[in-house]
Amino acid sequence: MDVRKVAKLAHLEITDEEVALYTPQMEGIVKYIEQLNELDTEGIEPMLGGLTDEGIATRVIRDDEIRPSLRQQDALGEAPSAVEGHFQVPKVL
Amino acid sequence: MTLLRIDAGRMNDSRLLMIKSSIEKTLDNAERLNTELNSFLSIERESALNRASALDADSSELPLKGYPIAIKDNICTKGLRTSCGSRILENYHAHYDATAVSRLVDAGAVIVGKTNMDEFAMGSSNEGSAFGPVKNPWDITRVPGGSSGGSAAAVASGVVPAALGSETGGSVRQPASLCGIFGLKPTYGRISRYGLVAFASSLDNIAIFGRTADDVARVLGVIAGRDLLDSTSADVPVPDYSAGLSADITGAKIGVAKELFGEGLDPEVRQLVETAIENYRNLGAEIVEIELPHARYGIAVYYIIATAEASSNLARYDGVRYGFRAEEAGELRSMYFKTREEGFGPEVKRRIMLGTYVLSSGYYDAYYAKAQKVRALVKRDYLRAFEKCDFIATPTSPTPAFRIGERSDDPLAMYLSDVYTVSANLAGIPAISVPCGITDAGLPVGFQLVGNFWSEGPLLNMAARYSAEFPFTEKPSVFAD
Repeated sequence: MDVRKVAKLAHLEITDEEVALYTPQMEGIVKYIEQLNELDTEGIEPMLGGLTDEGIATRVIRDDEIRPSLRQQDALGEAPSAVEGHFQVPKVL
Repeated sequence: MTLLRIDAGRMNDSRLLMIKSSIEKTLDNAERLNTELNSFLSIERESALNRASALDADSSELPLKGYPIAIKDNICTKGLRTSCGSRILENYHAHYDATAVSRLVDAGAVIVGKTNMDEFAMGSSNEGSAFGPVKNPWDITRVPGGSSGGSAAAVASGVVPAALGSETGGSVRQPASLCGIFGLKPTYGRISRYGLVAFASSLDNIAIFGRTADDVARVLGVIAGRDLLDSTSADVPVPDYSAGLSADITGAKIGVAKELFGEGLDPEVRQLVETAIENYRNLGAEIVEIELPHARYGIAVYYIIATAEASSNLARYDGVRYGFRAEEAGELRSMYFKTREEGFGPEVKRRIMLGTYVLSSGYYDAYYAKAQKVRALVKRDYLRAFEKCDFIATPTSPTPAFRIGERSDDPLAMYLSDVYTVSANLAGIPAISVPCGITDAGLPVGFQLVGNFWSEGPLLNMAARYSAEFPFTEKPSVFAD
């Protein structure tokens, strides 16, 4: 497994030591999960989520009313950097 | 003692003082035992005492008035730190309460503190916390289980009668078993997930630890039910769970799947769980044989689906809107990479990468789509079994508490700690761990009862009847009283 490539897809800047550590571990786990291949799943509907039949039947539409939500000040309050009502990030290019 | 010195005309004041003094004692215990157990990441003395004083001054009747409770640190609490056991959220303070938390507070409960956990609830030992491992109150050289190990240790050590944890694959039931307490994972949709920091959304549940089945029932009764802020919370009536605890269990059918008592199960655990099943027979339950042919694939299914969902859910931690940002990160993209590299611990990185891998182009059908189909088979097994029985009894964990460090270099061995619990999360059904005995080494063991959708009431009834007839009375070596 090309762990470095996977890390790049996941936005993780991993070190050489981590590549050496994770590669055999992840290969072992992938080998383990491949035991699912011994099962014939032809014609089985995939189960998409934890929702039960009753859960799916739950009404999810509500009236379109204005309700209080997070204030801008609070939304920005936990940001590592914020200026004039915006999140601030390092230069893009 | 305070009561004796206060005249009858000032009873309201004395009641108020009673809550405050009781919470004060709870806070003292939490602080004192935390030096040994590391079960709390924050102990909220000031807010807890303010809340206690306010409750003392309030004459209204509330279902959990003055009830001390601990909250796992991945459940949002307004104004209090919610770190998820991670460096990336080390200084994060939520701006809102999770629905479960606001319902507890409205019912009069007092939040004592936030509990330690495996980072982002990924782990089965609590060694994955960025803030140090939790110790098992029965033997501080051993793990309490995980990922909700801090909540488990806080309840088991007698600091609080109940605590909230969260479950994705067994993170409440497994530590409940390893710490000798009750742990209930409800039906998916029973408790709102609003304010529970997302790990794997189709599997995540808020779940409950209690010193007794009644503690679990009282807390569940308050926090269960429909919430407009979580569209997956179900519109199913919430019964009076406490009222149902003493119902007769004669004739209850308990299914046992032989294949779950074989390889990998510690012989002492096996013997204690088999004894518990015999005890149920003596209480009038009928034991029937069932089959769960796909249960042994549960871990494989789980580590595809949970990691896939985690890789997506944890994409939000990028150093922009909240949490940690790496210093001197240069341009934006490099900031993302450095922040995540420095902010996440090894297990979280492993799972994000595994999830990224199983969802990546060319592998999606082989892993993720396949796992969703096997997940359907796991659920179908349960529905078929419940045509023959009301409950399924299994061990909760294949072993008692293991030593700190024993499995930390072998992620797959750690994953197998959840072999008996993970299938209930995949199917979405409820299950409870009930303490049933102690090993020769003095470590507690629990058994698990799994029930059909919305059977929390009957499960709690079964647990309460068992503990009334076969009480588990041993206390751990680290205990508050």
